[in-house]
Amino acid sequence: MLNYIWAFMILLGITIGAFTGNMGNVSTETLNSAKEAVSLCVTMLGVMSLWTGLMGVARGCGLMEKLTRLMMPVIRLLFPTLPKEHIVNEYIASNMIANILGLGWAATPVGINAMKELKSISGGGTAASVDMCTFLIVNMSSLQLIPVNIIAYRSQYGSVTPSSILAPAIIATTCSTLAGVAFSMIMRKRGDKR
Amino acid sequence: MNFLLYISDYIIPLIFFYVVGYAILAGSDIFSDFIEGAKEGFEVTLGIMPTLIGLLAAVGILRASGAFGLLENISRILQLPAQLVPVVIVKMFSSSAATGLLLDLYKSVGPDSYIGVLASVIMSSSETIFYTVSVYFGSVGIKKTRYVIPGAIIATIAGIIGSVLVLRL
Repeated sequence: MLNYIWAFMILLGITIGAFTGNMGNVSTETLNSAKEAVSLCVTMLGVMSLWTGLMGVARGCGLMEKLTRLMMPVIRLLFPTLPKEHIVNEYIASNMIANILGLGWAATPVGINAMKELKSISGGGTAASVDMCTFLIVNMSSLQLIPVNIIAYRSQYGSVTPSSILAPAIIATTCSTLAGVAFSMIMRKRGDKR
Repeated sequence: MNFLLYISDYIIPLIFFYVVGYAILAGSDIFSDFIEGAKEGFEVTLGIMPTLIGLLAAVGILRASGAFGLLENISRILQLPAQLVPVVIVKMFSSSAATGLLLDLYKSVGPDSYIGVLASVIMSSSETIFYTVSVYFGSVGIKKTRYVIPGAIIATIAGIIGSVLVLRL
């Protein structure tokens, strides 16, 4: 996907630039943007490392595990038919916690494990089970409560209050997650009736 | 809105206080845990640097060419500020490409302007739908995605509506 988007932006930009006579700008901007990406990463290094460091502390003292256990009632609600003692519950919970805390890259491997287990529970096949659908929709409804990366970007671009978006972002994320959960539950009910 | 700003100020310090307080009472080796975790973030950031260089250059080309002017017509139909349309659409396909566009927006209108804040909130409350579906379902060989995509799009739209409404408070 990224291949096409990237090529599209470059080819379209240069073509339009040629027609609108902006080639000088295009040329300067290309080089400036590359420089800018590096200075952005320097800011990011600080903010991201601080955050993942704090999450390391949370993991080391068992707080992360505690949070995962707190997720269990939510998982029972979302996946009422999953076997209670199955390892998949733990995978789903830690995937959600990692997403909530803004550790997206840590969420993916454990999320894929969860998906594998869900597939073996559903008995294989190439069609998604209801549980798989719920898991993925909730995952994609954006669980992230603390958008660390957005805060880092904002501070790099001179925001006076980089973290001022936190409360609105939490509310907006709640809206999207509630909509995703509601939709999944409705679809599950409809499937039961059939 | 002022009230929300006020809460925002407290969230990160409180998380720090809670985590560090909990850890010191639990007696874990907090500073070396911190260093371990920070290393991870350091590596991840360094890892995305080449991606960002490539994408920021591509967005730079697109902007300097004057292509974004053409998007204003689409945005009038969708009732969103013109600059936000590409961010919202691209975000569904690629998070890093959307980041490139977001940063471009910060540069042109500023991160604290209405559009800058709205874009930040929308970016924080949406996910890369198509990419995520292909990673998760691709890894276990699922071809029939059933109602996953409509569900994810509904959630994304709810997030956008929520973002617009919450900033009107």
